[in-house]
Amino acid sequence: MTISREDIEKVAVLARIRLDEEQIPALENDLGNILSLVDQLSAADTNNVEPLAHPLDAVQRLRADEVTETNQREAFQAIAPATESGLYLVPRVIE
Amino acid sequence: MHNKSVAELSRELESGKISSVELTHEFLDRIKAEDRQYNSFITVTEDQALADAKTADEQRAAGKASVWTGVPFAHKDIFCTNGVATTCGSKMLANFVPPYDATVTANFRAAGAVCLGKTNMDEFAMGSSNESSFFGAVTNPWGLGNGEKRVPGGSSGGSAAAIAARLVPAATATDTGGSIRQPAALCGVTGLKPTYGRVSRYGMIAFASSLDQGGTMARTAEDNALMLNVMAGFDPKDSTCVDRAVPDYTATLNEPLKGLRIGLPKEYFSDQLSPAMEQQVRNAVKEYEKLGATVKEVSLPHAKLAIAAYYVIAPAEASANLSRFDGVRYGYRCDNPKDLNDLYTRTRAEGFGGEVKRRILVGTYALSAGYFDAYYLKAQKVRRLIQQDFVNAFNEVDVLMSPVTPSPAFVQGEKTSDPVTMYLEDVFTIAVNLAGVPAMSVPAGFVDGLPVGLQIIGNYFEEARLLNAAHQYQQVTDWHQKLPQ
Repeated sequence: MTISREDIEKVAVLARIRLDEEQIPALENDLGNILSLVDQLSAADTNNVEPLAHPLDAVQRLRADEVTETNQREAFQAIAPATESGLYLVPRVIE
Repeated sequence: MHNKSVAELSRELESGKISSVELTHEFLDRIKAEDRQYNSFITVTEDQALADAKTADEQRAAGKASVWTGVPFAHKDIFCTNGVATTCGSKMLANFVPPYDATVTANFRAAGAVCLGKTNMDEFAMGSSNESSFFGAVTNPWGLGNGEKRVPGGSSGGSAAAIAARLVPAATATDTGGSIRQPAALCGVTGLKPTYGRVSRYGMIAFASSLDQGGTMARTAEDNALMLNVMAGFDPKDSTCVDRAVPDYTATLNEPLKGLRIGLPKEYFSDQLSPAMEQQVRNAVKEYEKLGATVKEVSLPHAKLAIAAYYVIAPAEASANLSRFDGVRYGYRCDNPKDLNDLYTRTRAEGFGGEVKRRILVGTYALSAGYFDAYYLKAQKVRRLIQQDFVNAFNEVDVLMSPVTPSPAFVQGEKTSDPVTMYLEDVFTIAVNLAGVPAMSVPAGFVDGLPVGLQIIGNYFEEARLLNAAHQYQQVTDWHQKLPQ
């Protein structure tokens, strides 16, 4: 199964990963091989079969809507690349 | 001392013949002298280990020691360790020092064990050879004779190699598609992947959330039981873990195996299996018959779809889990990002290795509009069929047995040119993760002088039965005690 250059570029945008021109041929090849492997699934008869998301079909546990965490902002922001006044800094978004 | 098991070391410490500080020194010295050859550790926490060992000795003097007090071990570098680098084998987290402990980390701390450091692994747990780590490949202590370097397996290659090289008696590990069992088999050590939900994933860096499970690795089944006693249990901080009582996994190790019903899935004994490998596995099964077990053939009809289903589900879940690595709050950030999009796209392009990027791209594709039904939803339906196969098999037998890998440890570089070749390494292990059942790899012999493993698969939450079966086998065989040259 082949994956087109357009599809690879589109998916790279969705995944927010920059791709250089030289990487595309190898990706066309490798991703194509992986998708060929995966195509075996289409042969399976899955009529009336429910998808399995959790091996034990567990459902999300709920808890009381009460505050149980403490504010550890300083500890968590100590390892950030750039912070100021308790905010994370990123390049300007809005002109 | 470095040839002793956790159980033996615990008794040595208890008897007062050696202190934890002395024992910790011995292992740290071995790591310094030997690990250059294997590269099994990313971080060695020498000062902290000695401080913890001193505390352990004080606890013992005060009469407050228990079985793990003062015993050295290591964590796979996927478990967050407060204040200690946790890299997940990636450039993306090379500078990441977590401000908290994973639950597994906290459990071992509370048990008084002494962590010597963080073991090497395939990047973000994606791999079967430990060749994709940003910190360099791990070399298998086995097969070094004729100047070749072999892989230890992956992704928990560092843990497996460190144990095989006697640098540490036990190490934590994780298994998403075989990442405990396959390296255990290739390195001649004993490993167990528990039932999905048995061990908390809080603080265990996520790869594929419905498949990941933390587990145990050591040389003996008994040591695996001692580890699982520490690791298993309900944790309110992991919403996918199961609230179910934890038995003492050591209490039933010596139950007789008479009447144990073993099933051999015929799909795992096809003509694709080499005769030499098949012989070792069948010899192991014969030992079980001598111990009183009965054997019959069973079928897992959808087994051949397991790899395809996995290579949709795991990359899809990985693409979601790895979207958090954006250079904003922690981890790698590219230099001089010119705008927000450049920050994201270049941080991720530079921070992730090739295999990780491939899987994120495949996963994103599988989840994207127009493909979700054909890929992810379809794979989840096939997953239910695979699970049903196991449920059906366990109506007839108590455990399943099979090879762990198609072949023993291969040479570094042999399978890296085509990703799919590497994926086929997991042909016997992957269905287990899709179903969520527990499974072990137990050393079962040698092919061409390299260790091979027997896979024992159990029904949900039957870790005690697996450990019992493995322990009894290790009473009548000594594969697990063999040392690399």
